[in-house]
Amino acid sequence: MASYRAPLRDMRYVLYTLMGGEELSSLPGYEEFTPDLIDPVLEEAAKLCEGVLHPLNRPGDEAGCVFENGVVRTPSGFPEAYATFREGGWTALSCDPAYGGQGVPHMVATLVEEMICSANLSFGMVPGLSYGAYVALHEFGTEDLKAAYLPALVDGTWTGTMCLTEPQCGTDLGLVRTRAVPQEDGSYRLTGTKIFISAGEHDLAENIVHLVLARLPDAPKGVKGISLFLVPKFLPDAQGRPGPRNGVSCGAIEHKMGIKASPTCVMNFDDATGWLVGEPHKGLRAMFSMMNAERLSVGVQGLGLAEAAYQGAVAYARERGQGRSLAGTKNPDKAADAIIVHPDVRRMLLIQRATVEGCRALALWTARHLDLSTHHPDPVAREESADFVALMTPVVKALMTDMGFTSTNLGVQVFGGHGYIREHGMEQYVRDARIAQIYEGTNGIQALDLVGRKLGAHAGRYLRRFFHPVGAYIEAHGEEERLAPFVTPLAKAFVRLQQATAQVARAGLRDPEEAAAVASDYLRLFGLTALGFLWARMAETALEHQGDDADGFHAAKLATARFYMDKMLPETGALFSVIMAGGASIGALDEAAF
Amino acid sequence: MKVLVAVKRVVDYNVKIRVKTDNTGVELANVKMSMNPFDEIAVEEAVRLKEAGTVTEVVAVSLGVAQCQETLRTALAMGADRGILVTSDADLQPLAVAKMLKVLVEREAPDLVFLGKQAIDDDANQTGQMLAGLLGWAQGTFLSKLTLADGRAQVTREIDGGLETLDIALPAVVTADLRLNTPRYASLPNIMKAKKKPIETLTPADLGVDPTPRLTVLKVEEPPVRKAGVRVPDVATLIEKLRNEAKVI
Repeated sequence: MASYRAPLRDMRYVLYTLMGGEELSSLPGYEEFTPDLIDPVLEEAAKLCEGVLHPLNRPGDEAGCVFENGVVRTPSGFPEAYATFREGGWTALSCDPAYGGQGVPHMVATLVEEMICSANLSFGMVPGLSYGAYVALHEFGTEDLKAAYLPALVDGTWTGTMCLTEPQCGTDLGLVRTRAVPQEDGSYRLTGTKIFISAGEHDLAENIVHLVLARLPDAPKGVKGISLFLVPKFLPDAQGRPGPRNGVSCGAIEHKMGIKASPTCVMNFDDATGWLVGEPHKGLRAMFSMMNAERLSVGVQGLGLAEAAYQGAVAYARERGQGRSLAGTKNPDKAADAIIVHPDVRRMLLIQRATVEGCRALALWTARHLDLSTHHPDPVAREESADFVALMTPVVKALMTDMGFTSTNLGVQVFGGHGYIREHGMEQYVRDARIAQIYEGTNGIQALDLVGRKLGAHAGRYLRRFFHPVGAYIEAHGEEERLAPFVTPLAKAFVRLQQATAQVARAGLRDPEEAAAVASDYLRLFGLTALGFLWARMAETALEHQGDDADGFHAAKLATARFYMDKMLPETGALFSVIMAGGASIGALDEAAF
Repeated sequence: MKVLVAVKRVVDYNVKIRVKTDNTGVELANVKMSMNPFDEIAVEEAVRLKEAGTVTEVVAVSLGVAQCQETLRTALAMGADRGILVTSDADLQPLAVAKMLKVLVEREAPDLVFLGKQAIDDDANQTGQMLAGLLGWAQGTFLSKLTLADGRAQVTREIDGGLETLDIALPAVVTADLRLNTPRYASLPNIMKAKKKPIETLTPADLGVDPTPRLTVLKVEEPPVRKAGVRVPDVATLIEKLRNEAKVI
């Protein structure tokens, strides 16, 4: 099985050197989070992920979850691992200290999340979903509901779910049919069927808190008529302990391509007691608060799996001997050279490396603004950062899960036939990565969100939060000779992005289908340019540290930055052509002809 | 009852050790450092004794460069109550460490001093024994089990060929072997709390000890690369080679 070591060296570099993590403690509420606290948090998370979660990853995939008589059993070892995780306080990571949370900044929590996703994505689903439920309840729940449910969600003794999807209702939430009938005591009775509910039923926690989208009897049609409800598996008794069983049960679990140790449940609600979260008919807004948090997390799943696959591929490429180097034998004592000498193998490894290091920087850039958007003392700065997060959320989700999938796939390719068989765990990464492109809004939906909602928002205000810093950077460093190999290609990509943005905006005004037809290409152009900016900045820091680089870390950064500029960023040229070609050929073929 | 635990900052056990190009020692620049694993076991045992109510205070001590503070924080996150850091940039050898620990023991007056059986960097396996000798205390080394009762310690030691159980008087110096326990994962709240626990910083001069090395390191080298083996056709050849080539039988 591929082993996993948390890439703490690179994580610390991105956090402190690139993203100014040392300044976190200057934000009100984050005073404690100086490096001497952040480092041990990251190190302990690494130990837990390497020592407890990762060893269960492949056995969990082989065993899967078992459904019997309405009960779901997670694979052997998962309940004990969850207990260790929960007792360690990790479910409370970035939650509000008022409810028992640890209040860890998002920048740090994002790195911990990455480690969890690398080590065992299936396992990470449970605390991940609980956090989504926590976010919605924390923002929109009544004080009574918060007092009754948040502490147990935070300390992990109870877990949470998001119940959105129904058989007839996936992306289009306006089609929700589950009904909620008001009762005299202020509660509601919910009836309906939800599908694809991650962690809907399991044996890890004593209670499960479902957040459910449903319709009130007087609800208008479509998305303006859905409300959000809290429905616990067990109704809390007078002491707040799990009491009588509520009318919610698991009808089946899905048999899936990947994340097999995470139970994906059909949940039946039969006159289940629930309470309204937020205002009637405004469930979509409450739901999106958790959805946005989850979308960033899903992007990090792509990154985490890409890192795990890269580590496996590098280790294998170093030890697997096949053929001789075309430049002359490298290891005459052995029957063959290690495959890492072959240019095509190096090409694959470098794509993986540039992907994980670039995406890690992108994730932390966004997380940094998430921290600033909630903790900066200046309201103007808070708004600017919130704009940035809103803009980048679909990019992080779609780009990082697409690139994550590509990277895990390259991991299999480096292993050849040994990657295709299950023994080494490489094909599992591909299967596990695949879902991240689909759930929490397919990547196509992310592209529509970027083009339809984010580009034009507030007359392009969101967009400026990205365009201004990138443009200013190019202007400030465009003349520096040592940075030219990095800033010149970035400037080219940036011009393409600006022109494509103008084109998409113009075309979209004329005909929304024109913008929709190129939305995915536009998102990727956007994302690759963002990575180009981050790679230029990483090259800049590497050049600054050239004299102080005993372990060769910065030299490797510089080499990887060059690879990104030479071999990956040029894709923006093709994407630009595709976008400028518009949607005509997409609309041209008659439906019947497909 | 009070316990003093000594913890050493060493190269993390996962790191592949590289020798410095000038053969003066091991490369430490940008290398991940952690608490010596045997010391971690010692801390764990001390904290368990505290949780069981046998021990009232656990004091962690580390000697070395300023960054040993991180190692102390790890011990505090595991459950030690406070730390003592003796900072020195000198190459601290076992005798110097034992002498400094002796002064601290006289000051702190613990009933038990806990160490790892050896540190994984120099594998000296001397500090605990030297400290017991300097203090004139009983010692129990290579522990796989420890029971405290009536001012005495029953210790099970891992020795060649088996286990040896001794009954020793307190105060005593004991050193932990691998099988004594499995150290816990520090919890997030305890990592946070560790930041607020007190650490007293001293120097060797404060303790009246001269830490200058008594031993001189002549040269540090990589072990020779293992040569590939040969396959022998039959037992007779094997015996012939063992007798005449390897000269071991």
